[in-house]
Order: sequence, then C-alpha cells, then structure tokens
Amino acid sequence: MIADDDEKWLAAATSAVKQNAFYMQRAIDSNNLKDALKFSAQMLGELRTSKLSPHKYYELYIRASDELRSLEMFFRDETARGCSIAELYELVQHAGNILPRLYLLCTIGSVYIKSKDVTAKDILKDLVEMCRAVQHPLRGLFLRSYLAQVTRDKLPSIGSELEGDAETHMDALEFVLQNFTEMNKLWVRMQHQGPAREKEKREKERNELRDLVGKNLHILGQLEGVDLVVYRDTVLPRILEQVVNCKDELAQCYLMDCIIQVFPDDFHLQTLDVLLGACPQLQPSVDIKTVLSGLMERLSNYAASSVEALPNFLQVDAFSKLNHAIGKVVEAQVDLPASASVTLYLFLLKFTLHVHSDRLDYVDQVLGSCVSQLSATGKLCDDKASKQIVAFLSAPLEKYNDVVTILKLTNYPRVMEYLDHDKNKAVAVIIIQSILKNDTRIATADEVDALFELIKGLIKDFDGLTDNDEIDEEDFQEEQNFVARLVHFLYNDDPEEMSKIIFRVRKHILTGGPKRLPLTIPPLVFSALKLIRRMRGGDENPFGDDTSTPQKILQLLTETVEVLSDVSASELALRLYLQCAQAANDCELETVAYEFFTKAYLLYEEEISDSKAQVTALRLIIGTLQRMRVFNAENREILTHKATGYSAKLLKKPDQCRAVYECAHLYWAEEGENLKDGERVVHCLKRSQKIADAVQQMSNKSRGASSTGSVSLYVELLNKYLYFLEKGYPQVTGETIQSLAELIRGETKKAESGAGSFITSTLRYMEFQRQQEDGGMNEKYQKIKMEWFE
Amino acid sequence: MNYLLGAFKPACNVSITFSDGKNRKQVPMKKENGQTALVPLFQSQETLSGKVCIEPYQGKKVEHNGVKVELLGQIEMYFDRGNFYDFTSLVRELDVPGDIYERKTYPFEFPTVEMPYDTYNGVNVRLRYVLKVTVTRGYSGSIVEYQEFMVRNYAPPPPINNSIKMEVGIEDCLHIEFEYNKSKYHLKDVILGKIYFLLVRIKMKNMDLEIRRRESTGAGANTHVETETLAKFELMDGTPVRGESIPVRLFLAPYDLTPTHRNINNKFSVKYYLNLVLVDEEDRRYFKQQEITLYRLKADTSSV
Repeated sequence: MIADDDEKWLAAATSAVKQNAFYMQRAIDSNNLKDALKFSAQMLGELRTSKLSPHKYYELYIRASDELRSLEMFFRDETARGCSIAELYELVQHAGNILPRLYLLCTIGSVYIKSKDVTAKDILKDLVEMCRAVQHPLRGLFLRSYLAQVTRDKLPSIGSELEGDAETHMDALEFVLQNFTEMNKLWVRMQHQGPAREKEKREKERNELRDLVGKNLHILGQLEGVDLVVYRDTVLPRILEQVVNCKDELAQCYLMDCIIQVFPDDFHLQTLDVLLGACPQLQPSVDIKTVLSGLMERLSNYAASSVEALPNFLQVDAFSKLNHAIGKVVEAQVDLPASASVTLYLFLLKFTLHVHSDRLDYVDQVLGSCVSQLSATGKLCDDKASKQIVAFLSAPLEKYNDVVTILKLTNYPRVMEYLDHDKNKAVAVIIIQSILKNDTRIATADEVDALFELIKGLIKDFDGLTDNDEIDEEDFQEEQNFVARLVHFLYNDDPEEMSKIIFRVRKHILTGGPKRLPLTIPPLVFSALKLIRRMRGGDENPFGDDTSTPQKILQLLTETVEVLSDVSASELALRLYLQCAQAANDCELETVAYEFFTKAYLLYEEEISDSKAQVTALRLIIGTLQRMRVFNAENREILTHKATGYSAKLLKKPDQCRAVYECAHLYWAEEGENLKDGERVVHCLKRSQKIADAVQQMSNKSRGASSTGSVSLYVELLNKYLYFLEKGYPQVTGETIQSLAELIRGETKKAESGAGSFITSTLRYMEFQRQQEDGGMNEKYQKIKMEWFE
Repeated sequence: MNYLLGAFKPACNVSITFSDGKNRKQVPMKKENGQTALVPLFQSQETLSGKVCIEPYQGKKVEHNGVKVELLGQIEMYFDRGNFYDFTSLVRELDVPGDIYERKTYPFEFPTVEMPYDTYNGVNVRLRYVLKVTVTRGYSGSIVEYQEFMVRNYAPPPPINNSIKMEVGIEDCLHIEFEYNKSKYHLKDVILGKIYFLLVRIKMKNMDLEIRRRESTGAGANTHVETETLAKFELMDGTPVRGESIPVRLFLAPYDLTPTHRNINNKFSVKYYLNLVLVDEEDRRYFKQQEITLYRLKADTSSV
C-alpha cells in the first residue's frame, strides 16, 4: 500500500521533472536565460517533496541532477558570451524556494570556480555555508551530495590548474571537511524523523544512504594536498571529532571503517594513537571489534606487503598502542560480549604474528591480556566465543609451525582453561596435528610437561563431567590415536633426558582412566623399550644416575603395565609384559625378565579365560620364551615346564596338539649351546602326535570320513619333524618320519582331504631336499624311505 | 457621419515635448487602464523645460481665452476618486487670448522645481506629477492635455545604519535570535543576516522571510491601512537543531519596492517590514515583524 503510493508519487514527480526539463532545454536552446532559470527552478521544486522514501528520492534526485548538467553547460556558454557570472550568481538567488535556489547556486558556483574570476575559496565557503539552509535531513543530504559532486573536480588542490597560493589546498580541505560534518549531522538526524514505530525501517533506509556521507571521506583521501602532516593535524582530528560527537552507532561504525579503508596505511600507522584514542569514546553499542579488526587487518597486510614499513611499526610502537587500546575498549564497554573481545584479541594476535613474529613476548602478552579479560567472564558457554578462542589459539601454531615455541607462551594454557571440554579437546588435537605435520620433536622433560598440560583435555576426563554418554566412540578412538602418535614425537637423543621424558609422560598418561590407558600405554612402553635398547647399545650408564638405568625403567614399566591389568586389558598387558621380558633379556637382567614372565603367567592363569585368547597368549609366551637367553637352567626349566603344562590343558584338542609341538622348540635353542635336549623335543612331538591320533579317532567316529582336521595336524607335525631333522637332531630318525608319512598316506586314502595341497607341497619339498647335491641335506633325507618317493 | 464626428473632435492637437526628451531617461509607469507607458524621469530641483505645440486641424481656427501650462504635484485618494489634492502647483501663461490659425509653438520652463515626493502608485493612494496644458475656451470647453512624468528622489547612504538584532521566542518551545545586517536598505540592496536557533522544540516545515508594505492613508479616525506582502522568500527547509544558524541573503532588486515614505503631506505613509515566519508541521505560523527603512540610492539610477 505504502510502496504503491511511493511508486505513484515518484512517477508523478518524475514526469514533472521531465516536463520542466524539456521546457528548460528549449529555453536553453533559444538562449532564454530567464526561462531556463524559471523551468529549472520548477524542475528542482519537485525535489521539495516529503512523500518519497529515501530510495525513491534518490531516483528522483539522480534524474534531476542529470538534467542540471545541461544547465551547467548553458551557464558556461552564457559566460563565454559575455554574461557576467557574478550577475548570474546573484540571479539564481532570486528563486523564492530555498531548495531550487541552492541547487542552482551550486551549479553556477561550480562554473564560477572554473572561471577563476574569484578565488575558489570564497565560492566554496559561500556554497557550503548557504547549504545550511536546508535542514531537512533527506533533502539536505542530497543537496550537499550534489554540492560535493559538482565541486569535486574543481577542488583546488596541489597540481590542479586552480592552484592559488599555498593555502589553497587547505581551503579545499576545509570545504570538504565542513560539508562532511554537516552531512553527517543531517544523516544522524534522519533517525528521528517520523514515528518511533518505524524506526527500524528508517534505520535500514538510513544505512542505504551512508555512502553519500562516506563519499566526502573518499574525496578527502584523494585530495592531493593531504599529506601526513595535514592528515595528522587537521583531517583526522576533525573527522574524529565529528564521529565521536555525533553519538550515533550507525554513523560511528560506518565512518570509522571508512577512515580505515580510505586513508593510506602509513597514515594510520603514524596516527595510531589518535585513531585508537577515539575508540573508547564511541557509543557502547558500536561494533568496535569490526572496526579495530579492520584496522589491524589492514596494518597486518601492510606489514606483509612492504618490508620497508616494518621499522615504522617498531618506531611507533604499534603493538603496545593497539594492545593498550583494546584494553581500553574492553574496559569501557562493559557489555561487550566475550566473543567480541576475543575477536579483538584474535586480530591483535594476527597482527602481532605478522608484524612482530620475532617477539614472542608480545604474543604472550596478547594471550595474557585475553586471559585477564576472560577471567572476568568465567568459563565460556558461548559457542561463538569458543570458536573464536579456538581460532585465537590456532593462529600462533599456524604461524610458527612449531609447538615448542608455543610451549614457551606461559599464557597459552591459561587461555585454554576457558574453553569447554569439546573445544579444549579440539585445540589439543590441533596442537598434536601440528606436531605430527611438522615433525616437531619435543625434546625436554619440561616441554613435555607443558605440552601435556596443554592437551590435558585429551589425557584425562574433566572433573564434574558426568559419564559422557554422548561421546562418540569413533572420535574418542581418533583422539587417543593422536595422543598415541604424539608419544613417539617425544624424543631426545640423550638417554638421561629421554628417561626423564618417559617418567613425565607416564605420570600424565596414568591419569587417563580405564578407557584411555589401553590406547596410550602401549606407545609409552614401546618408547621406553626403545630407550632401553639404546642404553644397552651405548655406554654403561655414564651418569651414575639411578633413574635412568634400564632396571629402573623396567621397574617403572612393570608398574605401568600392571595398571593395564587392573583395567581389564589383560591380553594387552600380557603382550607388553612379554615385550618387557624380551627387553630385560637383552639387558641381561635375569630376575627382571623372570619377574615379567611370572606376571605374564599369572595373567594367563587368572585373567585369560577365553580359549581363543588362551591359544594366542600361549603362542606368544612360547615364542618369547624360546628366545630368552638370560635364564639359568633352573628358571628356564620352571618356565618351560609351566608353558608345556598350559599347552596340554588347552580346551580343544587340535589346539593342544599344536601348542605341544610348539613347546618342542623350548628345548632346542639355536644359539644357546647349553640347551639341546633332544629327548624332550621328541617327547613333545610324540605327545603331540598322540593328541593328533586322538583327534583323528574322534573325528572318524563321529563323522566318518569327512573330517580333515587331523590330517593337517599330521602334516604340520611332519613339518616339525623335518625341521628338527634338518637341524640335525639325532633322536629324530628317518623311521619316525617314514611312519608318520605312511600314516598320512593312509588317512588321505581313506578320504579325500582338504589338506591335499599342503601335503603335496610338503612332499615336493622333501623330494627336492633329497635331490640336493650338496649341503648335506640330501644325506639326512636319504634316511627317509618312503613308498611315495618310488 | 465622419463629418458629424468631426464636429466634436477637438479643434487642435496639443503636444508637450521636453527639451532634453531624447536624452532623458524614460521609465515605465503603470497607467490607470493597467497598461504601462514610458515616461520621462525627473528628480527634485531639476528644471523642466520644453515646448508646447498647438496645431489646429486643417482649416480650423482655435479661438481661446489664453493658453497656460501647469506643473502639478497631486495626491489622489482612491476612496475620494477624482479629487486631487495639489501639493505643488506652478503656472506659466503661454499666450494671451486670441485665435490660432496654424501650428504654434510655445517654449516653457520651470526652473529648479521643488518636487519633494516620489511618484507613488499604491493601493489606496496615488501621488503623481503632471504637466497640464490648458487652452481656455469659452462656450465650447477648454482643451486640456496632460503629460505625466515621474519623479524619483535619491538619498545618500544614511550615516547611521545599525543592524537589527533581536531575540524572540515562545517559552520552552522555540527560541531564536535573528540579525539583519542593517536597518536601512537601498532598493537594490541585499539583506544579509543570520537566524540562530537557541531552542527548538517544535517540528518545523519551513521558514520564510517576507517583505511587507504597509500603506496608511488618511488621518485620525479615517485612517486606512493596507498591508501587502511583496516578497515571500524561503529561508529554511526542515527543522534545525539547537545551535544551528541559518544564513539570510535576500536580494531586493527583483521586487517592486519604493522608498519608505513617512507622512507625505499629512496624507499617507508607506512603510516596509521584514516579517520572519516560521511554519510548523501543523501549519501554525510563528512570526516576528521588523520595520526596515528603504531608500533610493543615487547609484542605482544607472540600473533599471
């Protein structure tokens, strides 16, 4: 409805403008000055309307001001024909209505300046003064906008043809500043026009007009006479005075931004304290963070783009000024949301990183300021603010690509404390990713401490957090994966320091709770074992320090792994024990190794009940034990005996069978001369065969010919025999193998078994060994007489 | 028919010419029938000289009881139309009674005539100067011919010309201070000034400056006052804020103004006022009227 009226009025006004413009043009064509003035005044009279919205008024204004261009030309021609321009200047002022009169005055004024009959200063001053007469915000704004437009190319500035004395450019400056001031006043006043309930709409419309005001600043920015001194002493103070005094949020916000965007970077740098000084004086509702961040961004880019600028930054001490200013702003604006203040610090940080990347103390100072700001608000629940902090904390990481540097920032962890759990973890992950990506070595125990302090969100549960039913298992795994990978980046070539690192890491990791430990302890253990091996390889503990002997570390590992068995990760614990035992073995620490085995056995007996798990565990035990060289005969006997015993007690017969023949290895150590107990080996094999027989019988009974399981068992046994045969063990005879082979043949004849290929390849291997010319193998194989070979 | 008409035609043609008629400045003057005619312009203390030419129509003779030329300064009130009050009356006898058979020319001269008042053409009153030639005749009626001319007197710039400055207002509503640079302006002058807004609590639509002429005629109980607005000049558009000052610049040239006349021969006065009018959004008018004195400056004879 209203919009319709708006259209209607615009249409009416537009056609009136067109009509009068037509008559004006006709008068111009016939050199009729009087009529030209009359119709132009009538045309401009249409701009007196109060009915149009700013948007529509703008359209009307454009149309009318377009028409004025031909009038301007006409005035110029008139003066060329000898008409006194001073008289014309008076003549247009006879118009009865103020608005047409002033439009005409501006038009003729611009011609007047160009004619150089009078000093531009006087005309400019007169025009800008006379325009005061239009106090209606919208109409005044457009009138002054017209004034700015027609005088723009005539402003006497240095280098232009209108240059008068040295003061001339100051006159132009004065003119633009004054016009700017008045326009801004009108613009600000617009909000009070009309009923309060339409305020929102009005503000929107007002915002659309802002460029009319801002254009003046653009003009100022392009005036050639404006150098740093002028800018510092005149332009900036005057603009800021107006900005501050207008006490209007919209204007302040827009104009501050304009100032920052329009004038050159080095001006800003040199007048930083003035510009910043204005910030706390702005209205509390002004979005100061956008303003300041714009400024800092510009300065950052400036510093990045030109190397020569950097000394200037130092010279004016830009950093502390900015830091100080932000502090002031935050202090002054009590209601500033946390997200806004964090954004401010974020931009300051970015600025610092750009400009003073070498000044870590500055960076820390920014963090510190942020902390003290956050301390007032407490923990952040605001999602936006949290996101800003994450960005804030990531910035130095991205810049330095080196976590070690970050660790030097004492305030860094303090900032993190204000994040909620999720965000805290996110930052921790970012930190770790940075380490992984950049292959950063964390090389001292203190750094480790600091690092774990930073990522403690990943390391342990937070207090007061109810059992997170929400936690996504996949995410959790991923996070802990990161931690696990991280452990390997904590490394120092010096064993002394490295062991310290391990002690510290352990301390931190142990706080992790049952869910994390199974994932985080293994890397720690392996890292420690690596160290132990290194120590063994190197000199014998040159420091005489107790903490870094292998014993101590192994002792530590015992305790560490024990924790795992407490959190029902027994299988893992068992594996780790065995790993440790191996390490102890390498270090010739018999008792320690024995201790580890004991623990492993205990776990096997008490904790591992699943039969499959038992099989796996037992194999590991056997495998490890077989390689142990450190034990004396007695200890070894005990452990071996125990293992064999376990083997025989497995639930499934095939498993038993396999475990038992594996045990045979325990009596036959390749390197250790002292251990070649042939009797026992054969004993084991025999026993295994017996079990296999039993399996065979059982399967024959239950399912007739279809079973294959035992046949493969036999083949496996056959392979074991061949192994020992090759090793040259006297008790393994050709006859034994022969009989086993016969047995297999018998069984396969009975039923076509699935183990066919296994048998065939075994036989082919035997055949191959028989044919060997040298190496003595053929001799051993000659002993086996088999029908199959015929 | 023509013959008959001819019988009533005046017997002769009387014309009046000024001796410097070709060089003398002519100015337009509105006649009673609404048309404007160009008439010569004089000022006080000038000598009016010229010739009166009487030319009888062909074949006629003019008998007369004497020919005279008069210079009259007259004031005419419109409510008393037809009755002239002559404040100046000078007579020159041109001829003794006799007959005129052919064209006859009489030179005349009124040296340094005192013409203290300007020609004026108002709403209710008119002041005019005229040369009147009378060919006095007996029964057939005298032949009378008029030649109007205009008188404008010039004044030097006044030695004292104070500005007009005043503070006016409505309590708690509007408070302004206005200033006009002078109190006396010549007719081609420009009024400069400023309006300061000390307090603004009303929403204003515009502010105008009017030039008003107040013509009062008669005396005592019969005084007639007529006020005309000669100029309406918009000074401001919209509502200013406190502390704002609005410039005034009004050129007087385009308006049809006369000097201020005070008590002309006890018959009439013409005074001028500047009326500052503020109109609010409800179309209420707030105004303040100030008298200004207008005078004619010598220099501006060249223009117009």
